[in-house]
Amino acid sequence: MKSNETGQDQNIEPEKTYSRRTILKSAGIGSLGVIIGASGLGGVISARESASNSAKANKNTIPFYGKHQAGIATTKPALLYFASFDVKTESRAELIEMLKDWTKAAAAMASGEMIGGTQNSVYLPPEDTGEAAALDTANLTLTFGVGPTLFKKNGKNRFGIAHKLPQELKKLPAFSLDALDKDWCDGDLCVQVCSDDAQVNFHAIRNLVRIARGKAILKWSQEGFQGKNNPHTKNETPRNLFGFKDETVNLSPEKKMDFDKHVWVQSGDGPNWLTGGSYLVVRRIQMHIEVWDRTALGEQEKTFGRHRITGAPLGKEKEFSDLGLDRKDEAGNFVIPVNAHARQAHGKGDQPLYRRSFSYSSGMAANTGTLDAGLFFMCFQRFPSKQFIPVQKRLGQSDKLNEYITHRGSAIFACLPGIRKGGWIGETLFS
Amino acid sequence: MNKNIKILSILTLTGTLLFGCTQENEKNNQSKEKEEAQSGMSAKEQKRIVTEYREYAINELDQFVEKTTAFTDAVKAGDVEKAKKLYAPARMHYERSEPIAESFADLDPKIDAREGDVPKEDWTGYHRIEKGLWVDNSADGVKDYADQLKKDVHVLRSKVETVDITADVLVTGAVDLLNEVSTSKITGEEDRYSHTDLYDFVANVDGAKEIFKLFKPTVEKKDEKLAKTIDKRFDNLYGLLEKHKDGDGYVSYTKLKKDEVQELSRAVNELAEPLSQIGIALEG
Repeated sequence: MKSNETGQDQNIEPEKTYSRRTILKSAGIGSLGVIIGASGLGGVISARESASNSAKANKNTIPFYGKHQAGIATTKPALLYFASFDVKTESRAELIEMLKDWTKAAAAMASGEMIGGTQNSVYLPPEDTGEAAALDTANLTLTFGVGPTLFKKNGKNRFGIAHKLPQELKKLPAFSLDALDKDWCDGDLCVQVCSDDAQVNFHAIRNLVRIARGKAILKWSQEGFQGKNNPHTKNETPRNLFGFKDETVNLSPEKKMDFDKHVWVQSGDGPNWLTGGSYLVVRRIQMHIEVWDRTALGEQEKTFGRHRITGAPLGKEKEFSDLGLDRKDEAGNFVIPVNAHARQAHGKGDQPLYRRSFSYSSGMAANTGTLDAGLFFMCFQRFPSKQFIPVQKRLGQSDKLNEYITHRGSAIFACLPGIRKGGWIGETLFS
Repeated sequence: MNKNIKILSILTLTGTLLFGCTQENEKNNQSKEKEEAQSGMSAKEQKRIVTEYREYAINELDQFVEKTTAFTDAVKAGDVEKAKKLYAPARMHYERSEPIAESFADLDPKIDAREGDVPKEDWTGYHRIEKGLWVDNSADGVKDYADQLKKDVHVLRSKVETVDITADVLVTGAVDLLNEVSTSKITGEEDRYSHTDLYDFVANVDGAKEIFKLFKPTVEKKDEKLAKTIDKRFDNLYGLLEKHKDGDGYVSYTKLKKDEVQELSRAVNELAEPLSQIGIALEG
């Protein structure tokens, strides 16, 4: 976009497009006169401006519109930014307007475009905050969901949709050992933003928050990551922060039949507005890293029921080998201990979940000085009552891993069906 | 420091006031005139707005001088209690007219710098005296600063007539007032010794509202919904501030609970976002 740099006088007044204050904030007051007069300033700014106008290298895009929302069956990229919102407005029309604005913005961002196109009025703040301009789209997906409190809160039918609340969309029951902090729980709306670029993720959340301002507020949010080297070509099971492979046994989006059976809500399951959607359960699970790190390898492996390096079930060599839960050692004990995580999670094998978790690290826990890190567990399913809930009940009671983890956050959302072109997020729910 | 710097984005001053009239400034003035000629609001209407705003600001600064004089007199008389009472209400006039008041890069820091904003030996003005009154609970060490402050506000008032304001400056100024609130006042950093931040807070909102009032008829014509949203959010913010009233004034900032501060902070941001759109009034 060289032409822009030379032709800037017509369209762009650099000193106005970018607030001089912003630029000068970092400079000392004494040098102000010098800076303003300096001829280099305009050049610096116009170079930035032309970058944001340039066609974006949006190679890695995942379609926003479709039968199902992106971000569920699509490949899990490196980074997550999850946000839960509370709706503040009491007006159904305002909420719908916000969802429509979100749709427009999300569709633009997912295709690597600027929100609102390239609007450049010198009198107004730019519609797009701009930090993702010219960045690769990085497989960005935005997945929207609604929580039970959107339908009814404190007995109030907030937006005239109380009768549309699915039976499966209920606040999760209390599980043994839960130590939930309300600052990490629930929400009226959620958005799961995933991509391979932290700045692309931040840009997405930031703009949604901005669009929502006055109508919905950010209730809580969490960033996450996973350590796949090359997430889009090498399909290797990621490791959690305890160093173990996590999600070895998982439903695969490649098996459409499984997804129809266990992940996508089917017509007739409940209110039809959710057909093609899915229930998302989110748990913020703190891992007591320091405690784990002084646990002997044998004990660690018994805790998971798997070998650390290979991920193979104890006593086996290959990661994807059958767990062989009946196997006993010479002393007559199960090779995979009774309370091992793999055994307890597996149960009878009839509660399959589609997990799509990320690790998180949020600096230091202020009260203890330990690392605040863990697993941001997410799973999608067709029936929480038959899938996540019984599994977690069992884990809460019998999982040896409980010695090393604490569940701090919890939420359930109904992830809306896919959005048709020209449609909007929540259209089936509000029409 | 950021307050001092703000001037450059807000005002084009007459040459004698600041750095001297550079060519760059000259160019800016010309292009501004050109823009205004093409913009949505007629030049006449812009002039009217600017005149009205000038009257408002000058009136506020008149009161500021008067109340500052009473304040500094109390300090010099060693009447700590009286000075403490006069401190926050006097400052409100300054905070209301901040887009103009702080445009004097030489005077603003003298009057309103907070501790650490300027080198220690140069620190004078309201906050310096605030520290004496509230931390030392005495006027003894700050009487000279009171003399200086009184002088500085008088100079400010005498210079204010010369400020050249344009309509787009006011557009920026309205949001800047709220930005001040959301960056420093909301954290209780402004009046860190007296904890009278809510007075400054309210005054900044008043100042923004005054500017919005001037643009409202044009904004309404262009985007009725936007004007309504802004009105609604001003009401919401004032409603929340009302909860913290205490007699004629406001409670100490230290009395606010964490979630109350968060609530106020959100309300400011919720207002500032649509307010940042009032520039449409100037568009062709």
